[in-house]
Amino acid sequence: MSDTKTSPQPADAAEDPDVERLSTAPEENDSVPPGMGAFGWLRWFWRQLTSMRVALLLLFLLSLAAIPGSLVPQNTNAFKVAEWKNAHKGLAPIYEKLQLFDVYSSVWFSAIYILLFVSLAGCILPRTWQFVGVLRAQPPAAPRNLARMPVYAAWHTDAAPEKVNAAAHRLLRKRGFRAAADPGSVAAEKGYLREVGNLLFHFALFALLAGFAWASLFSGSGTKIVLEGQGYSNTTTQLDDFTGSAFYGVDDLDAFGFKLDGFTADYQTEGPTAGTAKEFVANVRYWDGADTGKQKNARIEVNHPLEVGGSKVFLTAHGFAPVVTVRNARNEVVYRGPTVFLPRDSNVTSPGVIKVNDYGTGPDGQKTQMAFQGFFLPTAAADFTHTGPISVFPAAADPRLVLSVYVGDLRTDSGLPQNVYELDNKAMTQLKVNDAPATAILKVGEGWELPDGYGTVTFDGYQQWANFTVSHRPGNTVALIGAVAAVLGLIGSLFVQRRRIWVRAVAAPDGRTLVEVAGLGRSESARTAEELAAIAVELQDDAPAADEPPADGPPGPDVPADDAPPADNAPAAADSPAAAVPTAPETKE
Amino acid sequence: MLLAQVDTQLANISNYLIYSAMTVYTLAMFAQIFEWTFGAKGGVAVRSAQQSTLAESVADSAEAAKGVRKVTVTVASQGGGTTTLTRTALADAGATTVTSGRGDGGPADGVGPAGTSEKADLVGRMAVSLTVLGLLLHAASVATRGLSVMRWPWGNMYEFSCAFALMMVGAYVILLATKKNVRWLGLPVTVVALLILGVAVAVLYTDSEQLVPALHSYWLGIHVSAATVCGGAFFAAFVTTVAYLLKDRYEHRIAAGLTVRAANLMERLPASGTLDKLSYRINAIIFPLWTFTIIAGAIWAEVAWGKYWEWDPKETWSFITWVAYAAYLHARATAGWRGRKAAYLALLAFACWLFNFYGVNIFITGKHSYAGV
Repeated sequence: MSDTKTSPQPADAAEDPDVERLSTAPEENDSVPPGMGAFGWLRWFWRQLTSMRVALLLLFLLSLAAIPGSLVPQNTNAFKVAEWKNAHKGLAPIYEKLQLFDVYSSVWFSAIYILLFVSLAGCILPRTWQFVGVLRAQPPAAPRNLARMPVYAAWHTDAAPEKVNAAAHRLLRKRGFRAAADPGSVAAEKGYLREVGNLLFHFALFALLAGFAWASLFSGSGTKIVLEGQGYSNTTTQLDDFTGSAFYGVDDLDAFGFKLDGFTADYQTEGPTAGTAKEFVANVRYWDGADTGKQKNARIEVNHPLEVGGSKVFLTAHGFAPVVTVRNARNEVVYRGPTVFLPRDSNVTSPGVIKVNDYGTGPDGQKTQMAFQGFFLPTAAADFTHTGPISVFPAAADPRLVLSVYVGDLRTDSGLPQNVYELDNKAMTQLKVNDAPATAILKVGEGWELPDGYGTVTFDGYQQWANFTVSHRPGNTVALIGAVAAVLGLIGSLFVQRRRIWVRAVAAPDGRTLVEVAGLGRSESARTAEELAAIAVELQDDAPAADEPPADGPPGPDVPADDAPPADNAPAAADSPAAAVPTAPETKE
Repeated sequence: MLLAQVDTQLANISNYLIYSAMTVYTLAMFAQIFEWTFGAKGGVAVRSAQQSTLAESVADSAEAAKGVRKVTVTVASQGGGTTTLTRTALADAGATTVTSGRGDGGPADGVGPAGTSEKADLVGRMAVSLTVLGLLLHAASVATRGLSVMRWPWGNMYEFSCAFALMMVGAYVILLATKKNVRWLGLPVTVVALLILGVAVAVLYTDSEQLVPALHSYWLGIHVSAATVCGGAFFAAFVTTVAYLLKDRYEHRIAAGLTVRAANLMERLPASGTLDKLSYRINAIIFPLWTFTIIAGAIWAEVAWGKYWEWDPKETWSFITWVAYAAYLHARATAGWRGRKAAYLALLAFACWLFNFYGVNIFITGKHSYAGV
C-alpha cells in the first residue's frame, strides 16, 4: 500500500524534489499510458494494485467478507452446521456453493487477503529499498528558499557564518539528528524510527501470515475421552478423532502418553448462578516418548494445558460414565464396565447408549444382541414426568440412571462405521410392559429385572471421564513474534515524528550574518515548531541576535529586502509550497 | 487459583455506589446543560479578544528587553494561513516561555460551553466537580465489585460496561486535569456514560459471582483491561468525530454564506481542524492498544482453547473493527479521503466496535458468552 502523494509538486520545489518528501512512499501516477501494450497494461494494473486507494478498498472488502463467517455457522463446528442445514433446507445448497460454511478458507476470502498482501508487498519492498537509500545518503541539502518551509525562523547576528553553521551542526547532532554540514548550510533529519516502525509493522503482517500458513499446513489435533484411572498413548488407534493437515498426518503424532489419575469439578452451590463451574482439574501422570518408565505428575486445567513432546493437551470437556453389569437370560455376566455418556446441557444431563454385542442367546433360544438407551443424571430432578429425564445440578449429588432396553440386531457387523453414542434401532425392538416401553430409574446399587426374562442389569456406580484435545500446532512462535513486532512497529509509526531541520547562515550585504532555520514535519503537530524554536533559542548562544534592521523581517539572500514579506506571514501565499505541502505526508500503513 | 466466596455485602455496596454515581452523573449532566444554556452569549467577541491578545503578545515580545533571547517561528497551517509561535529565553535565567496562537489561519477554537458568561462558568465548574465526584463513586463501585469476589471486576458484560464507562469518564477528567480545552466534551461524555451504565444496570446486570474456569487466568487482567481502555477511548473518539462533522459542516456553510442552525452552540466548540486532530490522535494512540488487546486475546485463546485464532464471532468482529480502524488511519493519510470521508470511516469503525461489544454477545453465541450474555 502506498501513500497517495498529496502535493501538486510546485514548480519551485522541482529543483530539489527530494527535499520536501519526508515519506519514502512511492508517488502515484494513475493515468493510463497512451497506446500501451500488454506490458503497459500490466504496469498500470500493478500500479493500481499497489495504490493506497485499492488497498483501502481491499481492507474494506476484507472486513465485509469476514462478517458472514460470524453469522453463519462454520464447518469447524460441524454439529451447528448440520443443525443449520436442517433448519434451512432450501438455502443450504446455495450457501454450500458460496462456501459460506467455510468463509475463512473460501476462494473469495482468500482472494481478498492474497491480493491485499500482494498489494502490501508491492508497496513495502520498494519502500524498504528506498529507505535504505535514504539511510545511506546524507539528509537532503537545504532548499534554496527556506522561508517557504512550513516552519521558519530567522534573525541577524554578528557571529561569523561558518561559526554559526558549525555550531548548528554540533547542536543538531547533540539533539540526536543526523546532520550533514554542507557548504554554507546544515541539513538534519530525525525520526527515522517512524519509517522503521511502519516497515516493521507491515513485515510483521507477513510474519503473522507465515505463522498462520505454517500452522494450517503442519498442524493436527485429535480428541480423546479418558476415564478416571485409564491411560492414553498418543497414537491414531487411541484417538477418538483426528484432524490433520497437508503435512501432518496420523503417522506424525508426537509420542507420549498419560494416565488420568483423577478428575475433579467444583461448582457454585448457591446463588442465582448455582451450577456454574468454578474449577475443573485433571490430575495426570505423563511420559514423553515411548518409554513409560519416567512418569511425571501434572495438573491439566482449563487455562493450563499440558505441554509434552511438541503437543499440548487441553482439557475440553468432562462427563460421567455409568458402570453397569448386564446378565443374560442364563444369568451369565455378558457386559460389565463403564460406558461413556455425553453431556447434553450445563447440568450434565447425559444421554447415552450401552451396547451389549455378546448377549448370547435370548430367552426364546435365538441368538440376539441387546442395547440400553437412557440417561445418566448426576442430580436428578425430583419429578420429570413433564420435563423428561433431566439433571438439575452438574455434580453427582443424587445420581440416577434412566434406562429403556432393546433387543435384536445392533448391525455392528454391517461393515458401516457406527457411532458408539447412537443406537441404530432399525433392526431392534423395544421391550415393553403392558404395551408401554419398559423403563427403569436406578439408584447406585439398584438392579432391574428385564421384561420377558431377558435377564438383569445393575447400576454399580459411575466414573468420571475427561475429554482431552491433543493439539500439535507449530508456527505459534512465528505468529507471536510477528504480533509483537506489529505492535512495536505501530507504536513507532504512529508516535514517532519524522522531521527535517535546516540551518543556513550567510553573510548579508550589510556585513552581518543572516541565520535562517527552517523545519519540515507533519503539520498535524505543533511539535516541529516547538522543536525549531528550542533549537533556534539554543543556537543563539553562538549566534546572538543583533538588533533588527528597520525593515522588519529577514531579507533572504536571494530576495530583495523590500520584497520580503514580514516573517509572520511569509509562507502564507497560496503559491507557496509550504501551504501546498502541508503534509509531510503521514504514513501509517 | 484462590477461590474466595462472594462477599454479598460488598457486592451490595457496589450496587448502591453505581446508582449513586449515576445520580451524580445525572446532576452533572443537568449542570452542563445549564452551562451550555447560560453561556449562549459572546462566543465571537471572545474570539477576537483572544486574537488581539495574541497580536499584543507578539508585539510585546518584539520589544523585549535586551539580554532576552527571542525567536518567532512562523508555522504554515493547513488552511493556507500561518501561525506564529514565539519563544523567549532569558539570558541569565535560561527559562523559556512559549506563546502560541492562531494568526489568520482558518477558524479559531471556540471558548467552550460557558462562553463568556461567569454564571455559566460557575455552573460549568460545578458540573466538573460533580463529574469528579461521580467518577470517584463509580471507581469505588467497580473496586468493591472486584473485592467482593477477589478478582478483576470485568468478568461479564455488566462489569465490563461499568469498567469502560469508568475509563471514558476518567480519560475526560485526566484531559481536564492537564488543562486541555475539553470542557465541551463534558456533556456528551456524561450522557454516553449514563447510557452505558443505564444499559448495564437495566439489561446486562448479573449478580456478583465467581467466574467459570475458562476465565480463571491472569490474561483476564491483561486482555480485558486493555479492552476496557480501548472501549472508553473509542467512545471518546466517536464523540469527537461527531462534533467534528457538525462543526465542519457549520464552518463550510458559514464560508459559503449559507444559513446555519445552532450557531452559538457551534461557535463555542473547538475549530473543526482541532476536533479532527483530536479524534485522530485518540484513535491513533488507541490503535496499537487495540492491536495488543486482540493479540493478548489470541494468546489467551491459545492457552484456553488450543488455537490462537478460531474465528469465534468475537474474534471475527475484533478483526473487523481492527481492519476498519486501520482503513481509517490509512484514509487519513490519503488524498481525497482526508477530512469528512475519513471521519465517516471512523464512525463505521466505531459502529463495528459497538456491535462487537453488544451485538455479538446478544445476537450471536460464541465462546465469549458468559453469565447469560
